[in-house]
Amino acid sequence: MREIAADVLVVGGGPAGLSAAAEAAAAGAGVVVAEAGLHLGGQLVKQSHKFFGSRDEYAGTRGFEIAKILKDEIARHGDRVQILLGTTVCGYYGDEGVVTAMTGEEEYFRIIPKRMIVASGAQERLIPFPNNDIPGVYGAGAVQTLMNVYGVVPGKRVLMIGAGNIGLIVSYQLLQAGVEVAAILEAAPRVGGYWVHAAKARRLGVPILLRHSIKRALGGEAVTGAEIIELDEKFNQVGAPEEIECDTICLAVGLTPTSELLWQAGCRMKYVPALCGHVPLRDALMRTSNENVWMAGDVSGIEEASAAMIEGRIAGVCAAESLGLKAGAKKLDGFWERLGNLRAGETGEKIRAGVAAVTVAGWEGEAV
Amino acid sequence: MKDIASFESGVLSEVRPGVSRPPKELWRKRKGGLVVVECPQRIPCNPCHTSCPTGAIVKFEDINDVPAVDYAKCTGCALCVAKCPGLACFVIDIACGDGTALMKLPYEMLPLPERGGVVKCLGRTGEVVCDGEVKAVAEPHRDRTMVVHVAVPEDKVGDIRAIRVV
Ligand SMILES: Cc1cc2nc3c(=O)[nH]c(=O)nc-3n(C[C@H](O)[C@H](O)[C@H](O)COP(=O)(O)OP(=O)(O)OC[C@H]3O[C@@H](n4cnc5c(N)ncnc54)[C@H](O)[C@@H]3O)c2cc1C
Repeated sequence: MREIAADVLVVGGGPAGLSAAAEAAAAGAGVVVAEAGLHLGGQLVKQSHKFFGSRDEYAGTRGFEIAKILKDEIARHGDRVQILLGTTVCGYYGDEGVVTAMTGEEEYFRIIPKRMIVASGAQERLIPFPNNDIPGVYGAGAVQTLMNVYGVVPGKRVLMIGAGNIGLIVSYQLLQAGVEVAAILEAAPRVGGYWVHAAKARRLGVPILLRHSIKRALGGEAVTGAEIIELDEKFNQVGAPEEIECDTICLAVGLTPTSELLWQAGCRMKYVPALCGHVPLRDALMRTSNENVWMAGDVSGIEEASAAMIEGRIAGVCAAESLGLKAGAKKLDGFWERLGNLRAGETGEKIRAGVAAVTVAGWEGEAV
Repeated sequence: MKDIASFESGVLSEVRPGVSRPPKELWRKRKGGLVVVECPQRIPCNPCHTSCPTGAIVKFEDINDVPAVDYAKCTGCALCVAKCPGLACFVIDIACGDGTALMKLPYEMLPLPERGGVVKCLGRTGEVVCDGEVKAVAEPHRDRTMVVHVAVPEDKVGDIRAIRVV
């Protein structure tokens, strides 16, 4: 079986993984980036809107442009970074120090990394309702991939479920693609995403129904509509359901960390609702309880690309330093400060609490 | 469908922190217009400030602050209009004094409006407020966010926040 050696293996080529790879390579490490998808950039390649955040994290720049900036940064390190596209890391055999991976459906091989940074991002949640398996029911990520990566619209009239940032932004992108958005439903009494994103969709005529949810999808061979229902403060259904005509139902009801590899690596995990699922305990260096494994980005808790990139840089610097390379640990103070600033406000409250619940001062007496 | 146009659902109905309106007297005089900002939620975001060439959008102490405007410094250049990821900045010029105003609105849809054409001006819930005449279509940052200059009745500038090309 083919075998590839690496100082640092980065799992996932999204903003977190690319940032980690750039820092580790800058320090002189030989880096392998394995990315399951066909392009680098992770979620970024689908984001045609301008990003929030600070200029340090490319705010005001469209997501896919940020992916290009990161790719250019990696390219400057030449051969020190080897990119494996279409490659899924699937197994971790800690005792032998072996990681296994698949490229496409044919090639199964081994990677022998000295350190591993897991930046595998997140996956979408779905909600159960009758008929949610008929064609026309999509996750928001799928809708974005169809439209913004492949240039295909999912339908003519979409009902969006969820008014978090993803639901709001994908609604706006649907409008940009010329698709009608029948309404955005939100179970909570206020939009969960940024208010300005809601206002953008609103002023283009999209209704946002608070305290509403979907009861069932309508249609036989494909979606022809949906039954929606009002909710009270306790999220009980009230009143009579109402029918909305649509050919697409798009679910934007949250993400959960893609943490399988971290489980396999024996990292101590904790269920933290504020971070949207099971996430690894970590120290300030983004190291897990497995001393050879780091993490960065959404896999460490669902947050934003801005934070994912900084976490990636921290993990990249620290993984390289742990190999005895001079990665510039001095940079860390700057990274922590930027991360602290991003999380400082009200919208960061949940993240701050979540991160506090899984951050350890050190691993003595902590590691299993 | 029970659609309530509440603040909680993204519709502004009153001035609150993060909503900046120019002082009337200066507004009447300033050719080129002054910025109106509608960003009433503390979020970690500051490109309006970093894109402002004159410091009119005041430096953020904390990146989560809502924007504040120093109107003495605003030139109505509309660089923030084109940069704000939330499309929450609008420049409004009421100096003409003949009952019409010029609005510089962000636009990221297709088709693009044409200079001299007539567009529908939309309010905060997408309702048609009136027609407007397109005076110019600019792309300040060459990044596909257009800034469309539309002539509208002055008494409608508080309601209009978007356009639709028909
Ligand atoms: C609609 C939408 C709008 C957003 N808007 C903003 C915004 O304005 N500002 C902002 O800061 N953030 C925004 N975000 C969030 C941002 O996109 C994510 O937080 C960010 O992409 C997370 O980065 P990541 O690198 O951790 O994960 P991802 O970008 O998800 O990348 C993870 C990568 O890992 C790969 N992978 C997973 N498992 C494996 C494996 N086993 N082997 C190999 N590869 C694997 C995946 O294919 C993927 O490419 C938005 C997200 C969405 C969906």
